[in-house]
Amino acid sequence: MTAIETIGVASIIVSGLTIAIGSIGPAIGEAWALSRALNAIAQQPDEANTITRTLFVGLAMVESTAIYCFVISIILIFSNPFWNYVTR
Amino acid sequence: MVQINPDEVIYWSLGETFSINETIVNTWIVMALLILLTWISTRHLSIDPPLSHMQVFMETIVSFMKSEIEEISRKSPERYIHFSGTLFLFISVASLLSIVPGYRSPASSLSTTLAMAICVFFAVPIYGIAERGASDYFARYVQPSIIMLPFNIIGEVSRTMALALRLFGNMMSQNLLVAVLLSIVPLFLPSVMDLFGLLIGQVQAYIFSVLATVYIISGSFADEDQKEKLSPRGVRE
Repeated sequence: MTAIETIGVASIIVSGLTIAIGSIGPAIGEAWALSRALNAIAQQPDEANTITRTLFVGLAMVESTAIYCFVISIILIFSNPFWNYVTR
Repeated sequence: MVQINPDEVIYWSLGETFSINETIVNTWIVMALLILLTWISTRHLSIDPPLSHMQVFMETIVSFMKSEIEEISRKSPERYIHFSGTLFLFISVASLLSIVPGYRSPASSLSTTLAMAICVFFAVPIYGIAERGASDYFARYVQPSIIMLPFNIIGEVSRTMALALRLFGNMMSQNLLVAVLLSIVPLFLPSVMDLFGLLIGQVQAYIFSVLATVYIISGSFADEDQKEKLSPRGVRE
């Protein structure tokens, strides 16, 4: 395999693995946070506003781990810095 | 091949170093729109009952932002609304304009989001020093002991990166998703996803400004909150 094929194969496989493995944790975490928030709203409907606001901010922070994985897999596919070494 | 980075669409360039790309132009459009709207709506301010629609609209937005900041920080919102409110308005309008065909939110470029995150990065010590004084503010970095100094600094930098990457990732993934869907199911689904993208844009604008406010508040009032927790009266509602 030439260098260009190796880089192509490695980036595609690794970017798929990155988003696949990296989204497991945030998915479980978000689902857990959401179910706890729903429990809390069911128990205290008066506090729904505060709970929802905190939930949104918390979900965004949990989600950021998945977003990092997504950004990395996009970089690997669309603007892989290692292409420059072989295509030049 | 879809251009995922609006930085790479160059309208006009002077040599190698200086160029006007799509990000800059779209940022200018958003700025001009915001300035024009606020100028038009604040020209004839009045307190008598026949209020203009624009005045009521702007007052609703401003009072919403004030109440949100007050609920998050439990402080007077007057000092923080300038910064957090500007961030919210900019990101929110920038993503709302996606309904115009051919427009792409400048927040889908890493340069815009990183610039805003760096503003937050510098706003935290500025507000903190203005509130507590320089020595008191920087003492926060060696709490609870001097060993924590590098970790506190790393935390400060990494949360700035997180702030920038979160907004960038959400906005860019939205663009990319619509572009990919356009090549698979071009009839109906892309517009639904665009609609969903408007919601995501608003949520992200809200989250960005809320996090900026939370960082500023935590830089300004860290010790006070601890005292509040220790005192028996200071039970949070």
